[in-house]
Amino acid sequence: MPDKIRVVIAKPGLDGHDRGAKVIARALRDAGMEVIYTGLRQTPEQIVATAIQEDADAVGISILSGAHHFYFEKVIGLLKEKGAEDIIVFGGGVIPEEDVPDLINMGAGAVFGPGTPTGTTIEWLKEAVETNK
Amino acid sequence: MRSASDLWKINLGYNKFYIIIKGVVTLADNYQEAKAAYKKALEKVVQKNPERFEQFTTVGGLPLNVLYSQDDIEVINYLNDINFPGSYPFTRGVQANMYRGRFWTMRQYAGFATAEESNARYRYLLERGTTGLSVAFDLPTQIGYDTDHPMAQGECGKVGVAIDSLADMEILFDKIPLDKVSTSMTINAPAGVLLAMYVCVGEKQGVKPEQLSGTIQNDILKEYIARGTYIFPPKASMRLVTDIFDFCGKNVPKWNTISISGYHIREAGSTAVQEVAFTLADGIAYVEAAKITGQDPNVFGERLSFFFNAHNDLLEEVAKYRAARRLWAKIMKERFGVTNPKAQMLRFHTQTAGCTLTAQQPENNVIRVTLQALASVLGGTQSLHTNSMDEALALPTEKSVEIALRTQQVIAYESGVTNTVDPFAGSYVVESLTNEIEQGAADYINKIDDMGGMLKAIDAGYPQKEIQDSAYNYQRAIETDQAIVVGVNKFQTKESSAGRKLLRVDSSVGERQIKKLHEMKSSRDNVAVKEYLEDIRKAARNESENLMPMILNAVRVYATEGEICGVLREEFGEYVENIVL
Repeated sequence: MPDKIRVVIAKPGLDGHDRGAKVIARALRDAGMEVIYTGLRQTPEQIVATAIQEDADAVGISILSGAHHFYFEKVIGLLKEKGAEDIIVFGGGVIPEEDVPDLINMGAGAVFGPGTPTGTTIEWLKEAVETNK
Repeated sequence: MRSASDLWKINLGYNKFYIIIKGVVTLADNYQEAKAAYKKALEKVVQKNPERFEQFTTVGGLPLNVLYSQDDIEVINYLNDINFPGSYPFTRGVQANMYRGRFWTMRQYAGFATAEESNARYRYLLERGTTGLSVAFDLPTQIGYDTDHPMAQGECGKVGVAIDSLADMEILFDKIPLDKVSTSMTINAPAGVLLAMYVCVGEKQGVKPEQLSGTIQNDILKEYIARGTYIFPPKASMRLVTDIFDFCGKNVPKWNTISISGYHIREAGSTAVQEVAFTLADGIAYVEAAKITGQDPNVFGERLSFFFNAHNDLLEEVAKYRAARRLWAKIMKERFGVTNPKAQMLRFHTQTAGCTLTAQQPENNVIRVTLQALASVLGGTQSLHTNSMDEALALPTEKSVEIALRTQQVIAYESGVTNTVDPFAGSYVVESLTNEIEQGAADYINKIDDMGGMLKAIDAGYPQKEIQDSAYNYQRAIETDQAIVVGVNKFQTKESSAGRKLLRVDSSVGERQIKKLHEMKSSRDNVAVKEYLEDIRKAARNESENLMPMILNAVRVYATEGEICGVLREEFGEYVENIVL
């Protein structure tokens, strides 16, 4: 048996919309992954600390408030600072398509917009973790 | 005078039911016989052409029969269960003639960037015929942080307007006469602070508090359950809520002191039944809390208002509003002994369902919004916000907001559904669904009562878990094609949404707002600010004191929202989320 994929699902900042985060957390868990959900109002520092502490393969950021640039940049930057840039960062929420290339350039692995089937995220994550090994 | 059935007899000579099977007309002598014949015919049809689903359900998951007819509504007693509009239990609506007198308030929720930009948007909406304002605040404002707080970074002006102090509020309502317009403010944990600012803006315009009309959301329980912008723990929060009831009752009598909200519960994924159940259970908790402080539900009950979602399933939604009105009237009358009809009435605002908007083929959202808005009008809403087509992508542009407003105007002026009251009453299916939703919600409320009330239920994570399960089931239904979303899991196109004109709020907005805040702080009377903040602290420690007058004093000398909430945070502590997954 290969080790279970470990994922932190995080809600950064003040955004309270957690439907997507909880649905994806549950879908990843049902797909056999170990999921740690942070709950609301996490600072980038808290998210990165959790990811490192939990020895996560990936961090999924859910954000619907429009503050995605700020939080992706912070989380990715802090992971680098702590020498944990091997942890994959991905995300989803209300994020305009044209903002996605910017987030990818910062180092995000993928950004899933509204309407993405959970299966798409699961398949992508499995492959991303596999190639990352 | 002849009745309709007499005419029928005259036309046909006899009163019989006609059944058409394969073009052959057969006669049935009575209802039961006709029904049996129909069932037989139906079986044949289904055998030949199987139906699309084995079990049909509403969007909210209620089983839906192929047909509803008179025996499905036999249990209904018209006067007890439906009655005439404007009369208990208000199933048919809260006014005798509903929209024949005045349409619902067309109230578009708006706010972004700073007070200047939002003021311009409000005036744009008013010029185009919006009839009430609805203020969206940014997240730092909703959670009681000034824009220069570290937790506010990156969020200024993103989901609403940034308000730090009375100075911003004065700009927000510049050239908008507060005695002429009613304003709804989506603010919860710090509701008292924003209400105080609104009262002060009125003072500066020469408008007395008793002339102000509008609503503050002030519904903290659904923040714990579904929306997430809480600050303080439940006990202190409930005190703030009931302090506002009392303060407004004495000083701002035309103000709706709370908007008990199912909207966000539904957005978080609940079913229609759960939306009604948890909203009314929250309502019960507020009434109980206010009663404990000695307030009379016959009085404060008049100023309670509600807020529901308008989801996709037109028939279920119409039934939902009717069921909610009936159940709330019963709760107020039977549970709380309320005799004042105005305090038994459930008056509500509606917003179309944001969660149904798709980022794919966003123009389709105009049609979704139309159907949802229609449902809320058929269900007797008092005010309505229609979402804009681009809201699955970003905040709406002026153009898309205008289409959303026009949607309401077309329903109001052109569709004809506003010209007679409660047009779906007596519909076999809608009356059946109304009964079912009411019963389902009552069952949930009983369960919550057994748990010791809504505060205990929230503490146990009960409503949160129920909502999450529904959200997950709905997602599964889409992914297994049990539920079809046009443009998402059927009729997809490859078109990209990139390149659409979207409203952007850039980071310079935050810098500008912080500069304004610091300038304001250096020019105000800082001694008075300190003094009034200490008064708030003292009042916070004395449960029998109403906090509102102290908050009003502090706001008037330009104490910031962050400063006031900061003192209350020190005194009350902060709520820690009970994570349920």
